[in-house]
Amino acid sequence: MLAFYRMLYPFKPIFKWLNHEQAPTKLFTHREFAFTLQGDVYLRYNSFNTADELKKQVCALNPTRFEIGPMYTAKPKDKKTVRPAAFSPLKRELVFDIDMTDYDSIRTCCSGAGICRRCWGFIAAAVDVIDSAITEQFGFKELLWVYSGRRGIHLWISDPEAMDLTDEQRKAIVGYLTVIEGGKEMRNKVNVRMGPRGPLPPSLQSAVNTLDNHFDDLILDDQDCFRSDEGWESLLQLIPDRKAVDTLRKNWSHASQRSSKGAWADLKKHMKDYPAVVDDIILQYTYPRLDTEVSKHRNHLLKAPFCVHPKTGRVCVPVDAKKIHKFDPSRVPTVHQLLRELDAGASADSAAGGSAWERTSLKPYVEMLERHNATISTRVRQDKIKQDKSW
Amino acid sequence: MYRSSEAQNSETPPGQVQNHSHKHKHSDPHTHLGDYPHRLNFYDKAPQFDVTLEEFEASALDRLRVLAEIESSIARNRTWEELKDMTTKQCRKYLCLDSNTARSIDWAAQRRKDHISHFVLRLAFCRSEELRRRFIKAETTLFKVRYELDDTEERRTFLSSLTFGWEEVNASEVKDVDKNFPEAEKLVNLVPVPPKYKDKPECYKGLYYKVKWTKVSELVEKRKVFLKGGYAYVPIWERDGIIFQEFETFLTGQLELTAKRLPRLDEDTRLVPILDNLSQGFLAGVSTEWASAPASGDEIRAEMIDDLAKNHFPMCMRNIHESLMRDRHLKHFGRLQYGLFLKVLGVSIEEAIVFWRKSFSGITDDKFNKEYKYNIRHSYGLEGKRANYPAKSCQQILVADKPGPSDCHGCPYRHFAPENLESALLSSYASHGLSSTDLPAIMHNVKEGHYHVACTRVFEITHASKGVKKGEGVGGGESITHPNQYAARSRELSGPSEGDARMEVES
Ligand SMILES: [Zn+2]
Repeated sequence: MLAFYRMLYPFKPIFKWLNHEQAPTKLFTHREFAFTLQGDVYLRYNSFNTADELKKQVCALNPTRFEIGPMYTAKPKDKKTVRPAAFSPLKRELVFDIDMTDYDSIRTCCSGAGICRRCWGFIAAAVDVIDSAITEQFGFKELLWVYSGRRGIHLWISDPEAMDLTDEQRKAIVGYLTVIEGGKEMRNKVNVRMGPRGPLPPSLQSAVNTLDNHFDDLILDDQDCFRSDEGWESLLQLIPDRKAVDTLRKNWSHASQRSSKGAWADLKKHMKDYPAVVDDIILQYTYPRLDTEVSKHRNHLLKAPFCVHPKTGRVCVPVDAKKIHKFDPSRVPTVHQLLRELDAGASADSAAGGSAWERTSLKPYVEMLERHNATISTRVRQDKIKQDKSW
Repeated sequence: MYRSSEAQNSETPPGQVQNHSHKHKHSDPHTHLGDYPHRLNFYDKAPQFDVTLEEFEASALDRLRVLAEIESSIARNRTWEELKDMTTKQCRKYLCLDSNTARSIDWAAQRRKDHISHFVLRLAFCRSEELRRRFIKAETTLFKVRYELDDTEERRTFLSSLTFGWEEVNASEVKDVDKNFPEAEKLVNLVPVPPKYKDKPECYKGLYYKVKWTKVSELVEKRKVFLKGGYAYVPIWERDGIIFQEFETFLTGQLELTAKRLPRLDEDTRLVPILDNLSQGFLAGVSTEWASAPASGDEIRAEMIDDLAKNHFPMCMRNIHESLMRDRHLKHFGRLQYGLFLKVLGVSIEEAIVFWRKSFSGITDDKFNKEYKYNIRHSYGLEGKRANYPAKSCQQILVADKPGPSDCHGCPYRHFAPENLESALLSSYASHGLSSTDLPAIMHNVKEGHYHVACTRVFEITHASKGVKKGEGVGGGESITHPNQYAARSRELSGPSEGDARMEVES
């Protein structure tokens, strides 16, 4: 692990990403870092003046992972010496966390900590919906999606407007994007219509249009959610029409091998006059399930990109939202693999310049972050020019 | 931007309002309606005229009575309709604002008072995060109440006088609406018209206000607006929501600004105590002064006091009374708080001396006469500067002279440990109908710092047998703001059978 931090972890690009500019600003120096050490020791309120300082401390502590918090009104390491009133979170990327465990009641391939290419489809559908809502509806541009190292994905948004959002406004976005509600005991978890049997709000109508395609591939083909008795029973519970339920149940319990596709076709036929029911089912099975607490508060900590997941050994790498469907979590490099690559490369060409990560399969991922940083830099530059002109 | 005067003229701090008070009273009492064309006020311009110190304080106190009632209504979970009703009643008493159509009314005077009082309270409430939060909530609620009750036409002209930087757009101008919308809605609307508005033709004109989504985050959260590129398109039927949010956001910013400038004001020593007094008024509501005993009524004799205490006293006085009975003594502030309370309750000076002499049974006559009698007579205005000292209000009890470890004065709701308060309440009021199932709600009020609401609730519960309903308080929904008000209302409810005089709760 220490070797990974010393040689591979991209401290400079991470600094640039958090800081938005070349020279350290409060966005970096007043930023909280929290370290988790072996034996679950948790160190909060660390802060650093430069990327090198951060690297030095990480290498000294060799944490299993570290997390990034908000920029505070004062340096977090000085927390004890400033008045409590003078220490509060000010700016923070808008973050989202989508985790596979929230889909356990639907997915049929894996459960709990498990994940495979097939259930990644749920994450892919979620990314499609959230990415387009965030960019098209909220107008944010600087999105970085990061694989969480095991069974989920994080989104970090760095637009200045996003950094400035109050907790109240973050809560509003989360509310806007949350559709699946109610605990285990609530069968019908979708209740978003404008008035009883009313239309869907426009944003969700467009989500349904996106998810409609996913539904066929993911729910009917791949996961085959309605094949088992349990599967189609829970589907029937979402139908408000008693008579239709009785008919369908009779049909389905007699057919010993009915495909999910067939069941869905039957249901659609019976619900011809209730398109709302069909759309709500699509939402319930495929709409993103957000871990809402992470997003609501500026002072919530989230694992830094490029950390290593302690259980899988995989690196939390950036993911291209446009290629999310091709992403395969099992092919993300592990820390051991990277160190092996580095060893092999070093013996072949020990005099090679540049950063060590360039000689490993981490390269495309770091480059992705650097491209993202370039977008941020361009914006910063343009804003400065605008400001200069306005003087 | 429409926020001209206060936000931009940093050379005219809000403190300016009073800086020339008193010294030269040349204020024009006949401010013409031209300054106040609308009943509603967004308070975006600080008053630019002279105000006397009396007007400064009196108008603020009156506004505070209204705001305190709003706070208490919210703390007591009143419905919006009930709250509106209570607030309107309170406004009519203290802060009347009539519409332009009202006859023979000096609108200008009303509006001027409303204007001044708002700005005075800004000064009093900008000084801590907590006070700002409470003030903003109460003021926004007051604005909503008045807005809802405003005459439609007057409201329209008021609104058109505001410029929020909203852009009015027509749905058809928002280009790519087509792909997501059902045919029927597509032509005119971005957001489907909710059933409730189906009959309102103005909802079908496709008129939207385009604003940054962060300005209307509550509507965004509920998905009541169309969102595109970071802008919310607010349909006409949600317009009021954004006005309220504008009001709140604007006031929040202004209070922070005022807070930054306030230190300059501290030099004016006449104002500081007034402002302190006002901000403390929020803690307990503003009580009417209870200065002297009721003019008529049967005499309360010393030996009746114990019985009255058990049946009619609020927790603070019960506590002092029982300490006195137990310890045969009371420390200074306890004597002061209780003595003035008894005076206003109607105990004559003669009976008071009998009562205290009997109670302080451990000391000699000589010591009593020397050390205590003078003070008792003093509190009745018979010694020293012969002032008629009023009994202490809840506000004074809550804030002034905090009890030390061996004191028994103060407000039990505030100064007792929660467990001690619970057991004190039960042992004092179980016989009047208070049960342990009532405690969680009461303790919740206490925890939130709404001590007078907790006390009012206890009053309601212990007088349920007299027909007092939840939310009724000491009558008409009013909360407890004074121990004597509590006792007077309690005795009034028990009827004349006890030989009580009829007393007006409101003086
Ligand atoms: Zn799987």
